[in-house]
Amino acid sequence: MGRSELTDTLIAGLLRGNVYALGAVGISLVFGVMNVVNFAQFSFFGLGAMLSWFFVSELGLPFYIALPLVLLICAALGFVINISVVRPLAKYLPLAAMLSTYAVSQILDNVSQIAFTAQFQVFPEVLPTSNLAIGSTRFGTSDVVMLGTTVVIMAAMALFLKYGKIGRAIRATSQDQEAALQMGIPVGLVQNVSFVIASALGGLAGVFIALYVGVANPGSGLNIGLTAFVAATLGGLGSLVGAVVGGFVLGILEAFGIHFFGDTARQIIVFVVLIVVLIVRPGGLFGKVPLLSAEPLTGTFLGKGRPLRIPRWVWPVAFVVLGVAVPVFGSNYVLTTGTQVLIYAIIAAGFTVTAGQAGVLALGQAGPIAIGAYMSAVLTLYLGFSFWIALPLSGLVAAIVASILASPIWGVKGHYISIATLGLGIAIVAVIQLVFPQGLYNIPVPTFFGTPLSTPLAYYLIDFVVLVITLVIMWRLRRSHLGKVISSVGADEVAALASGVRGRNYKALAFAVSAFFAGVGGSLLAHQYTYIDPTIFTMMMSLLVVTIVILGGVGLSYGAVIGSIILIGAMELLRFTPELRIIVYGLVLILVVRFRPGGILVRKS
Amino acid sequence: MSESLLQVTGLERHFDGLKAVDGVSFSVAPGEVVSIIGPNGSGKTTTLNLVTGTIRPHAGTITLEGTRIEKADSARIAEHGIARTFQNGRVFATLSVADNIEVGLHSTLRASRPFRGLSNIFLLRWIPLLGELFVAIVGTPGSRREEKQVASAVDAEIHRFEARLGPRRDDPAYSLSYANRRRTEIARAMALRPRLLVLDEPTAGMNQSETTEVLEQLLDLKAEGQAILLVEHKLDLVMRVSDRVIVMDGGRIIAEGAPEAVRQNPAVIEAYIGRRREPARDPNPGAPE
Repeated sequence: MGRSELTDTLIAGLLRGNVYALGAVGISLVFGVMNVVNFAQFSFFGLGAMLSWFFVSELGLPFYIALPLVLLICAALGFVINISVVRPLAKYLPLAAMLSTYAVSQILDNVSQIAFTAQFQVFPEVLPTSNLAIGSTRFGTSDVVMLGTTVVIMAAMALFLKYGKIGRAIRATSQDQEAALQMGIPVGLVQNVSFVIASALGGLAGVFIALYVGVANPGSGLNIGLTAFVAATLGGLGSLVGAVVGGFVLGILEAFGIHFFGDTARQIIVFVVLIVVLIVRPGGLFGKVPLLSAEPLTGTFLGKGRPLRIPRWVWPVAFVVLGVAVPVFGSNYVLTTGTQVLIYAIIAAGFTVTAGQAGVLALGQAGPIAIGAYMSAVLTLYLGFSFWIALPLSGLVAAIVASILASPIWGVKGHYISIATLGLGIAIVAVIQLVFPQGLYNIPVPTFFGTPLSTPLAYYLIDFVVLVITLVIMWRLRRSHLGKVISSVGADEVAALASGVRGRNYKALAFAVSAFFAGVGGSLLAHQYTYIDPTIFTMMMSLLVVTIVILGGVGLSYGAVIGSIILIGAMELLRFTPELRIIVYGLVLILVVRFRPGGILVRKS
Repeated sequence: MSESLLQVTGLERHFDGLKAVDGVSFSVAPGEVVSIIGPNGSGKTTTLNLVTGTIRPHAGTITLEGTRIEKADSARIAEHGIARTFQNGRVFATLSVADNIEVGLHSTLRASRPFRGLSNIFLLRWIPLLGELFVAIVGTPGSRREEKQVASAVDAEIHRFEARLGPRRDDPAYSLSYANRRRTEIARAMALRPRLLVLDEPTAGMNQSETTEVLEQLLDLKAEGQAILLVEHKLDLVMRVSDRVIVMDGGRIIAEGAPEAVRQNPAVIEAYIGRRREPARDPNPGAPE
């Protein structure tokens, strides 16, 4: 690597890092004052880029007018989102608020897609990009302006937080919300201001990424958003200095990574960096983790509430309806939708032991699902295994591989463990993409004594049997001593340790059980689709699993069936209009979280 | 002191330069009730956290029945036979009272935890984990027998607080009153059948009659021969229940002895009431309050 290449890469890294830093500051700011991880921030990147394209290219406004307009619109949107969705929900359950911010982000992306279409738009060159040089390294006014703007904004933010009245209130609120309230700080106002600032910064980052890359579409916020999110975690959620440092560190590492290993390695690098940092410094570079988690006076973050008492007759009735009535009377369309419902119910039911009992809200279940799907495909396609052997085997392999990869993260605490698993899921799929860039075709259908089982009815019945087995296993597990021990780890790990329960071991075991069922579900998906590629196993899939579990009641395996019927089945009815579908998904999620924060089958108490 | 149950020598722990526990040595004999008192911030809870492995000491040794435990984690210390409660109460909020107590039995179980000797070994710990999973889902004749023993052990612990916890047996712990959470915690700790029971302010936040009730129960435990290490602010209770009292201030032990002797000790009175003698004779300049 020559010197000019080195400086080129460094500049590229600085410019990327610049964008990440802006985004990360927004995420960290909101996390500090509301304790909510704000996925809606992702959408502001895409939105900022699209709006500035619209103003400059379509309306022909000068850039210096377009930029403040974009910031204003993003800020106003942020305000509306905060008072209508995030703040009301953060009161109930920060986790629910996090999921609802994801719903908001889905809605924003889709509205933006309806408004601007999903196509990539070429961004006009508003400032020269290659008119300056230091030695042999060329760069442009555009780059200088971007970096300069960030420096000015960060300096202004630092002064505002240090000396401004509201700035001080923001710092006070992020240290102790209760105490701030008692001292008469208008916490609501502080949260609104933080959210507005964060949204505007997100919009600005979006404009910058459009300027830097030159093209943008409404979905382009997701990747940048994820990286900015990792940057905020890297620095330590809630620490603004950390967010800036994390952003630039990640930008530079990424630029060098792409230089050496190519663009496919990007996500792997990002998440390897994240996981290494979290293992070495569990609170991020600038964050602090308390030596002992606070002694909970009223319980834990797991939703409180009692599961509704299910009358005994419900079980046989549900069995007959799902196992007999649907297969006998259902049309092929109903059966095909039904198989999807059943597969997600299997994955989600297996996930309840991790999310509901062990208290680890893993956000990367798409990883083990993908391992199961690919394993099953490879076993049957190339190694001549029968489906019936490949099915449990792929669950087993998913459990083993996911457990090995996840083994370093069980000491990580709180939100960070969710983020680490999110990274894990994305990294697994990225590795699979490296190995199988093309996708796998012609995955054989299951056969039964020589008869191919390729009808929707056959798939439905197979999946139904697997679901029943899954539910029985989860029920046995939950009732056993082991089940109670796993729940104790989720409820209070320090107290569990003092009772002789090795928390890390049981979290790892719960995760392995969940990964097994995720792998089984992946295998079922692969043989039903007969074609798989990495674009199936997205973050959306991971979050869908989480949402299903939350919807049904986070620790109830049978709740996963209800959640799956609602989210997969009812959403299927809206398949003819994909944009509307995601908007409705978002609304359903927000409404459920608002009125049944513990899940549909859990009564608030 | 060769027959002591717990022997602590030269224990030290500091937080960012503040010496919370600064060279503490004491012992607890089998069947003995020892209380640690002292003003807020004197290092009592930190001492308990060190003894139970919740945090690690920076120096010193802790010996339980001849076994060194200062480097062991809290799970292993629990297996060695030290059970504890926490200052503000840590119950498993989403579990019922009975299930809370059942978790306390964890370290006493055999059949539900095959190969449990391997649980601390890298990679091999998966053998007991998968064994437990198998027992949970399929079950063995031994584990079914043990289930019955677990149920009766849970009943026995609930019986300790029958009037209070009996009716709440199947209620989730988050729905309990503060005092009932403390009782659940004590019952959970007793389920371990500990050689040493460590209680961190068991009556904090309780009213007079509830405190009296706890006193009765502590006296019952003492009569059963249970060794107890107690941190408590309510001196009446401490004087009634303790065989020996240790007084801490500024991370050090400033007095130790029988309850009555300690009560008369001028250094203790000074630490509590803050009366100063002539500055020149102040033995501990800069100590808080």
